[in-house]
Amino acid sequence: MTPEEHFEDYVARDLKIEAKDWMPERYRRTLIRQISQHAHSEIVGMLPEANWISRAPSLKRKAILLAKVQDEAGHGLYLYSAAETLGVSRDTLLEELHSGKAKYSSIFNYPTLTWADVGAIGWLVDGAAIMNQVPLCKCSYGPYARAMTRVCKEESFHQRQGFQIMLTLAQGTAAQKDMAQDALNRWWWPSLMMFGPTDAESPNSAESMRWRIKRFSNDELRQRFVDMTVPQAELIGLTLPDADLKWNASTGHYDFGAIDWAEFQQVISGHGPCNRERLETRKQAHAEGAWVRDAARAHAEKRRAAAARSAA
Amino acid sequence: MSASAEWPLWEVFIRSRQGLSHRHVGSLHAPDAEMALSHARDVYTRRQEGTSIWVVPAAAIAASSPDEKDILFDPSDDKVYRHPTFYDLPDEVRNM
Repeated sequence: MTPEEHFEDYVARDLKIEAKDWMPERYRRTLIRQISQHAHSEIVGMLPEANWISRAPSLKRKAILLAKVQDEAGHGLYLYSAAETLGVSRDTLLEELHSGKAKYSSIFNYPTLTWADVGAIGWLVDGAAIMNQVPLCKCSYGPYARAMTRVCKEESFHQRQGFQIMLTLAQGTAAQKDMAQDALNRWWWPSLMMFGPTDAESPNSAESMRWRIKRFSNDELRQRFVDMTVPQAELIGLTLPDADLKWNASTGHYDFGAIDWAEFQQVISGHGPCNRERLETRKQAHAEGAWVRDAARAHAEKRRAAAARSAA
Repeated sequence: MSASAEWPLWEVFIRSRQGLSHRHVGSLHAPDAEMALSHARDVYTRRQEGTSIWVVPAAAIAASSPDEKDILFDPSDDKVYRHPTFYDLPDEVRNM
């Protein structure tokens, strides 16, 4: 069997491709793009929530949010590591993020205005992420699939803590309930956009499906997310901001209103409410950490040299 | 000092509980073994996943190549007599 046949055969039989196996160049490039975008989203995703760590309403909420934001850093690490197995360096990936060449999920370009936004992010944004990510645990590329398995295991706490924040607010005073509703109003549509363009507008999807990188179409996953979330919103007495949302008995799914794709394009092309701020914050954090990275390396080198001297 | 050189890559192995062997869980960058252990603890054992950690410089691992897969592993395909099920024994034989 030629390497190419081996690859096609493995993918077709749902077996995993590992880092050193032969793979088509486009498969490698698609994975590097997808995994690195995913990694970038994890670490940029830390920023909107980190804004609320110091203002969380109780010590318990603060500890939970801290743990969640720490998890996101870990998820970024698992994913960068998976991308690196494809032969790209961490520094290159970070450079692409910082120069604006690489994308991250556009959802993180929206601001977190109130504490309820932390709840809405956990419930909706992490909920949508889980919907996208669970199928990736079965992706044809072994290191990505294994990273996603770890991510998904940790992610479900994120969604539950967010929903619980919303539940608590919805059961609170009128002002608290309003705050929860306001957050839901602002995060609902961007969450639906997280599944990406409609199938008709998603040209690379067919290839990714054939390579078993992707297993469900954007529209399929979006529909599942809507079907899952509507009853959850009803349960806590909040209203999804969509006048066209209604149960369709003939399809067995909820129909929902038109997504504002112009807004999506605008945010993705760098003109969302917080694009500039997020990227600046990220670059600043990286630049301000440079002395730590340098000092740790210098310390390690000094100790290696000392060990070599004492051995001589 | 230039920050251009990345910290080296380490592979991380975790023993999830006493009695089990260490298992590969992922990798990370660190300047030395001590920091690699500390990072591994922070990212790979936040939920009681481990009782022991190994970190190994990725550059120190010698690996077989996928190209050699046939040469290395095919020979065992025709040695079914290495498996107990190869041997037909009378039903009367017990405890074997």
